[in-house]
Amino acid sequence: MRDTLTGSRIRERRQISGMRQAELARQVGISASYLNLIEHNRRRIGGKLLVDIATALSVEPSLLTQGIEETLISALREAAADAVGQKAEVDGLEEFAGRFPGWSGVLAQMHRRVVSLERTVEIMSDRLTHDPHLAASMHEVLSTAAAIRSTAAILAEPGEIEAEWRDRFHRNLHQDAERLAESSKALVTYLDDSDGQRDLRGIPLDAVEAFFAEQGYHFPELEAGGQPTEVPLAELGSAAANTVASELLNLYAADARAMPLDQICAALDAADPDPLALAAAFSVDLATVFRRLAFLPEGTLARTAGLVICDASGSVLFYKPSPGFALPRHGEACPLWPLFTALNRPLVPIRKRVVQLGRTAAQFECFAIASPQPADTFGAEPVYRSVMLVLPVEDTVQPAENVAQAGASCRICPRRDCSARREPSILSEGF
Amino acid sequence: MSRKVLLIEDEPNITEAIRFLLTREGWQVETHAEGTDAVQVILSAQPDLVILDVMLPGKSGMDVLRDLREHDQMKALPVLMLTARGQSRDREMAEKAGVSRFMTKPFSNTEVLTAVRDLHAQASQS
Repeated sequence: MRDTLTGSRIRERRQISGMRQAELARQVGISASYLNLIEHNRRRIGGKLLVDIATALSVEPSLLTQGIEETLISALREAAADAVGQKAEVDGLEEFAGRFPGWSGVLAQMHRRVVSLERTVEIMSDRLTHDPHLAASMHEVLSTAAAIRSTAAILAEPGEIEAEWRDRFHRNLHQDAERLAESSKALVTYLDDSDGQRDLRGIPLDAVEAFFAEQGYHFPELEAGGQPTEVPLAELGSAAANTVASELLNLYAADARAMPLDQICAALDAADPDPLALAAAFSVDLATVFRRLAFLPEGTLARTAGLVICDASGSVLFYKPSPGFALPRHGEACPLWPLFTALNRPLVPIRKRVVQLGRTAAQFECFAIASPQPADTFGAEPVYRSVMLVLPVEDTVQPAENVAQAGASCRICPRRDCSARREPSILSEGF
Repeated sequence: MSRKVLLIEDEPNITEAIRFLLTREGWQVETHAEGTDAVQVILSAQPDLVILDVMLPGKSGMDVLRDLREHDQMKALPVLMLTARGQSRDREMAEKAGVSRFMTKPFSNTEVLTAVRDLHAQASQS
């Protein structure tokens, strides 16, 4: 790249200095047509001629030969790949970066901001509907993003725009970038505060999941045969959260008794656990196996297992994350996950390779089963719950037809032709 | 005769970018940043098309649209609505209020220009 872009930089510098091509050619003792070939990167240049041209343009030779940073090229390439409805001339990308390093930097920076914003939206989307303050803050962020996107697109168009407009847009970009930084920071502060007050916000499940996460989803006292009451819950702070946590700990203790840790470790293929074989070996149901595998000590399995439990309404009752796996905890999840499709076929074990639509396109081996809760009276309508074990996979070479697609929720899912779509996506329109 | 668009948006840098794009397309662009008196401004400006943000100071774009459609001479005026919320219920609400096109932020310039061209062409044919 160093060699191929020197000509573009010479042209750029010459134009900045207001010198005609013929004048520069005369000064360095070559023909204008030869200089033209150099400036269009069709002739290599170095040695004395390069030094002479640099002297004539009053710049250091290194300024003409210095390559554009790979990271900038890579960032621009990503920006081009992510553009929807706008085809960038990727072939001319290095030349563009060479001729307009400043604008290239601005575009790359804006793209990084949009990516970062997109991640923020993914996290926030789940809570957006439930929190008017958050909705207003997100409106501020998205409006600023709209202004940045629109302005940056105008500046990136080929051809010149009037200097007055260009300067104004440059100023606006700067203002909006500052605003975006401030509003993002304010959002983070707000969310940090609200996390600290989760019980006051009336979401006991959040508190319980945070408690499980703090414990590493593993309770040695229960593994050793202890009672759930021995696990201190005082820090959860609310009676509702304590009740939910106690029920989960009771389930954990029962699972631990049915499948003792040392015996699981002896029977387990850590790289490729087989839930059906484990269920048969321990004479337990699959839901028990899924929970046990998800609550093993960190490092027992080769990959961090995720777990989701929901009821027949689709409400998530427990959520243990797995790297790259995202599902909203407060409703509006994608119904295509095996967790939910299992509810259509109770008691049928489901195993499916799923790719999570979105930027990471991570794949997971998902195991799910829906089963009725124990009845306390004869003739009662069965109440079903579904449990899904999520194992990240590194082997992503499965044929596409063997891999199902699912998103987090419609609002942040890029898939357009989806029969399960409930509402338009803010990502599918190129955000 | 010059076509006139009235842009009602309280985010000045969005206003500036859209004003630039549409002026370049030959539109005469007027702007306003308040919801409270937006209907009066539209009635007085008599634009060929309105671009209306949903979250405006004083009065929401949704209410502005509802009030606007109460006026007989404004029932067919093309209105492109901009919002940061793209949920189906917001779209439904906007459709009930009489929106011509609904667009979610952050939109692309191409989307805005295409929507404006389409809406104007449809209005010219009818």
